[in-house]
Amino acid sequence: MIEVKNLFKSYDGEYVLNDVSARFEQGKCNLIIGRSGSGKTVLLKSIAGLIEVDEGEIWYDDLQFSHLNTQSRQLIRKEMGVLFQGAALFDSLTVEENVLFPLDMFTAQSKKEKLDRANFCLERVRVTGSNHLFPAELSGGMKKRVAIARAIALNPKYLLCDEPNSGLDPETGIVIDNLIRDLTEEFNMTTIVNSHDMNSVLEIGDKVIFIYRGCLCWEGSREEILRTDNEALNNFVFATNMAKQIKNQ
Amino acid sequence: MQILAQIGAYFILLKRAFSRPEKHAILYRQTMREIEKTGINSFSIVVIISLFVGAVITIQTNFNIENPLLPKYLIGVTVRDSLLLEFSSTMVALILAGKVGSSIASELGMMRITEQIDALEVMGVNSASFLILPKVIASVLFFPILCLLSIIVGLAGGYLSCVLADIIPPSEFIYGIQYAFYPYYIAYALTKTVFYAFIITTVSSYYGYFVKGGAVEVGRSSTKAVVQSSILILLANLILTRTILS
Repeated sequence: MIEVKNLFKSYDGEYVLNDVSARFEQGKCNLIIGRSGSGKTVLLKSIAGLIEVDEGEIWYDDLQFSHLNTQSRQLIRKEMGVLFQGAALFDSLTVEENVLFPLDMFTAQSKKEKLDRANFCLERVRVTGSNHLFPAELSGGMKKRVAIARAIALNPKYLLCDEPNSGLDPETGIVIDNLIRDLTEEFNMTTIVNSHDMNSVLEIGDKVIFIYRGCLCWEGSREEILRTDNEALNNFVFATNMAKQIKNQ
Repeated sequence: MQILAQIGAYFILLKRAFSRPEKHAILYRQTMREIEKTGINSFSIVVIISLFVGAVITIQTNFNIENPLLPKYLIGVTVRDSLLLEFSSTMVALILAGKVGSSIASELGMMRITEQIDALEVMGVNSASFLILPKVIASVLFFPILCLLSIIVGLAGGYLSCVLADIIPPSEFIYGIQYAFYPYYIAYALTKTVFYAFIITTVSSYYGYFVKGGAVEVGRSSTKAVVQSSILILLANLILTRTILS
């Protein structure tokens, strides 16, 4: 479980996060949605510890992450898998080396054990026969899959995904979404997905929070999102005229 | 104030970079990679430039010695001392600041803007130590080798110009480069090179590591890295020369 309490973050006096509190349950896909610039990436990066918040608390189960020193934070980070918007694979390493990287850094396993684990993760995300390719030789969808394989290599308890299907076609996007949902259930992880893609919301959103101008504006399930009368959320979800007409019917 | 903040950030980054590495085996592997990238790949440029500069110094010195009372072997002495005292350490360092410095700054800058550094951080890896320390070790170990290579090739260039352009008899040149030779000059050149290696890698890493924005900023930081490294090399040259040779 990850919980954030009363988070504040401002840049040049303007609040990007304004008193945001939310709880992200274990074994579920928790989605943060909102318009571009609403503060959802800042929220996710604050949870990951990449951005320091001005005020507020971030809890990883019983540990208050925001109060930990660098060394203690690193222990939690070893239980954390993060999927970045652009995949963030290491350019100079092959697919296999990318997945082996966290295993090399943090385990004392034999070379064969590490290789077996890397191949298991790659097979799990359905990337086979590409072990010796470099990231530049992969398609967008493949990069995301390899990044997921790297993120789950150490069996993390927490998986944070920043717009996992941005830049992908809808079909590939759904494949990535389903992969995230399946892995969340399989490994019982606390997963937080940052997205503005409604396909993702409807496909995997066990719990959805809507960020609007830095504030938590709404939270609920994917079923509830279709029936809500929250105006800001409706404007976001049913952005097109056609969608609005369908909603009114 | 901004300069003070930058100096502070530079030293904080150095402190992080020189903290204990996660695994020594990985540090060793990374250092070997960096030796190949920054050191071995600079062999050709150092050889080409040193060869031509050695030859040119020989021709120019001969051209400028008009007094018939001055012995011709002084050309060898001049070439040797020019290479030892200044060219093979400082000038080669300025060339390497352009080649290696811009490469380091753009590599780290690209890693920053494509979130690869963030990926290291969220994995619990000390990104500064993982990325910068191997570069510093590799350059501090290998740049002195490049300096020695430059001295040898520069002298060879001078010798070749003597032979091919018939400037002075090669035996006179060989006598000149052995005449009044102080081995201490080699220690002086290598000491300077170690300092320059440290400056080039750390300053370039600083500019690359803290890039914000996109490709334009990466290019800008790469240019800044080269300019600042070059200025600091010249400043260090002055201080070290005053300290060591006084």
